[in-house]
Amino acid sequence: MDRALPVWILAALALVVLMGLPLAWLGAMSVSGEGGATLAHYRQVFTDPPLQKALWNTVVLAFWVGLASLALGAPMAWLTARTDLPGRRLIRGLIMASFVTPPFLGAFAWVMLAGPNAGLLNKAWRALTGAGDPLVNIFSMPGLVFVVAIYTFPYVFIMIANTLELIASDLEEAAAILGASRFSVALTVTLPMVLPAIASGFILAVLQALALFGSPAILALPAGFHTITTQIWALFQYPPKVEMAAAFSVPLFLATALLLLVQKQVLGRRGYAAIGGKSGQRRRIALGPWRVPALAGCLAVMACSIFLPYGILAKAAVARAWAQPLTADNLTLANFALTFGHGGTRAAIVNTLELGVMTACVGAALAAVLAYVANRKLVPGHQFLTFLALAPVVVPGVVLAVALFVAYTRPPLMLYGSLAILFVAYLTKEMPVGYSQSDATFKGVHPELEEAGRILGAGRLRVLGEITAPLARSGIIATWCFIFIGVIRELSASIILFTPNTKVISVVIFDLKEEGQFGAIAVLGLFMLAMTFATVVLMQTVLGRDVFGARE
Amino acid sequence: MTMRWSVSAVLAGWLALGAVAASAQDARLEAARKEGKVVWYTSLALSSAEKVAKLFEAAYPGIRVEVHRTGSQRILQRVMQELQANLKLADVIHTSDAGHFVLLKEKKLLMKYTPAGADAFPAGFKDRDGYYYGLRATVNVIAYNTKIVPAAEAPRTWKDLLDPKWKGKLVTAHPGYSGVIATHVLALVHLHGWDYFKQLAQNRPMLVQSAVDPSGVVASGERPVAVNGGDYTFYQVKKKGNPVEIVYPKEGVPLVVSPTAIAAFAPHPNAAKLFTDFTFGKDVQQVLADTEGLYTGHPGVRYPADKPKLGDLKLLPADPEELEKRNEEIKKRFVEFFGA
Repeated sequence: MDRALPVWILAALALVVLMGLPLAWLGAMSVSGEGGATLAHYRQVFTDPPLQKALWNTVVLAFWVGLASLALGAPMAWLTARTDLPGRRLIRGLIMASFVTPPFLGAFAWVMLAGPNAGLLNKAWRALTGAGDPLVNIFSMPGLVFVVAIYTFPYVFIMIANTLELIASDLEEAAAILGASRFSVALTVTLPMVLPAIASGFILAVLQALALFGSPAILALPAGFHTITTQIWALFQYPPKVEMAAAFSVPLFLATALLLLVQKQVLGRRGYAAIGGKSGQRRRIALGPWRVPALAGCLAVMACSIFLPYGILAKAAVARAWAQPLTADNLTLANFALTFGHGGTRAAIVNTLELGVMTACVGAALAAVLAYVANRKLVPGHQFLTFLALAPVVVPGVVLAVALFVAYTRPPLMLYGSLAILFVAYLTKEMPVGYSQSDATFKGVHPELEEAGRILGAGRLRVLGEITAPLARSGIIATWCFIFIGVIRELSASIILFTPNTKVISVVIFDLKEEGQFGAIAVLGLFMLAMTFATVVLMQTVLGRDVFGARE
Repeated sequence: MTMRWSVSAVLAGWLALGAVAASAQDARLEAARKEGKVVWYTSLALSSAEKVAKLFEAAYPGIRVEVHRTGSQRILQRVMQELQANLKLADVIHTSDAGHFVLLKEKKLLMKYTPAGADAFPAGFKDRDGYYYGLRATVNVIAYNTKIVPAAEAPRTWKDLLDPKWKGKLVTAHPGYSGVIATHVLALVHLHGWDYFKQLAQNRPMLVQSAVDPSGVVASGERPVAVNGGDYTFYQVKKKGNPVEIVYPKEGVPLVVSPTAIAAFAPHPNAAKLFTDFTFGKDVQQVLADTEGLYTGHPGVRYPADKPKLGDLKLLPADPEELEKRNEEIKKRFVEFFGA
């Protein structure tokens, strides 16, 4: 009998409770009525015209975001992975930056850039062309798709770039020798080989768009339309309709689960022998005269997701009036004074850091133990553990928040009102990321060293602490950073679960947004970005690789 | 900066002196000090709320004011959501939806307390049972950006806003967030009926949440005309040098009196009373009028010369009881017409 068995079982149980309890409550709440179980809430969800409209808007949004992310991510992945595009590392770094940028900050920046009248780009457009109509109206479905896509395409990029880097060049070269042009090679040889990655990237992007709360709240509500997430949040207004919110969460939950199933099928069938880690060489395709236009195209995308938004945030942070030129009398430090002078902001910063560190520590440790247990097959049913750890992927933040709210506002666990409920939310939400990171780490640590330790008489826990953990150190630190970055930007669950003394930065930003305090939001947003990038830099220094996994 | 600091320091010191003299024997002060803080759920614009909080903290060192600023409807939502989970966090509740206080009183969630001096306030500022009192008032107005709209073409009446020439040029705040706007909608429904809003929606106004926000939207030029919003918010952005002009429509302006009450379950009741008295004192009320451009019920307050006198305006008051009763209807129909 393994003396460490209780530890493994405890970790597994923690996971089961973490996931099972809220979801069970969500289901129960969605069918609860005054006179026992009822399907009335579901009936209303599918027949109430405003709710139906929100459902449809979400479908439209998710579909177009998926397509747009492909249109941006796929060419850029090919260019950086397979061609002699100049500045490949720079482009990769910038895409990484847009990957870690909180989408709601981007959406907020784009309000200042492309509001139909005051937006700086539209003003410039009018001044240049004399046109009366704006170039872009960000408060519209296309505007929303655009803003979501420029922060979602990195998911597609990662999937495709990582696949492309594994494909050997010989097939492509064979086609080229037989007279195919560079682009027909790309289209007829390379493309089919990365098709699974493309499909999978598309689904990932769709999932992101489905779950997003901040961007639709900032861009769709002013235009007079809801998505599922904003509608669920609105159902919490007084008098709250928690049962309806629960019932409305279930379709979102099921759609997400279904899409992930499809993704698994697509990836699972990847039987392309040409893709392997060890086969022939990869030569970069010469772009020739297309080098400069290709680079310009990449930079244009990055201008949309990084340069312009960051620039306008910086301007708004120091300006009295963000829409006016930055002259001497428009410069001010008042935004900093209002932001940091507000006691609520300071408390929120402390809360955010506390939650970030706590969740990252516990999450990284729990993920490591779980991944270790699953990899070394230490308990019966370890496959189920893997499934459970990855399961939160199918629960969008808002849905998770509704479930946690229902589960933890009643005995025996009254967590609502303390940081604990946010901690549980973040821990659950970040578990899939943490688990996949740790899983990859332990797959890379061969059991032979552990076996040596065991033979010499050390127990499992001692082996884990003294042999495995040191070997897996950098992987665990990476997990820590990933979770930390995910936590400090979290909005969609926090917005439902916070109480006055447990506000976090993202919630304060959202409050300020509703009051139209552009300057203060910019200050706080930049502060949040600085924290994020500090973590990224820390991680790269420790690991010697970037967040996408590419070694320097 | 230094200038402002010293002025507020002098003012605060002066307030403190008066306060100390008046309540030298006050055991309540001692009790409030022990409690150490007061938690203020407020819908007053953040910068204004922070100003009031800092004045109080300077007058009563050792007692902190925790400002939680959000929209009126969100405040009610938070209070009720927290109570449902048996969380008693709020001390002083201040929103711009008088209907909330009818509801809270009915649910026995308010403490009966008359702030010092509030007896002298006019009738519209006082609950007849003595549970809540109007801390401040504002009126809903139309405002426009003078760089984009010439004065001659600016809308003068609420009905002017229905002209199709304003399509895509309007901004409205939201009754589902703001009590100022919920009150506004009720008053205009009495004046022109729901049909007015149905037609207004045809002009596709931009929807923002807070009644503070339209002033920023108009100042930036994102939309040249605001169809509602507290006049004090426009007054403030105008004072800062933005090209904004305020119109007080002749049909009448919806008057919004924003009540304050102490929660029956207040975790810091003594500090809450102290704070409430402080905010109803002449000095804070005068600050609200001077630097914030608000109206108040205090008979001794003088208003800036560039603001119309409340008595000179045709006011459209709202009945708190009716506001409470029709709250759901107001939010629902608004969403029905405007989309979200």
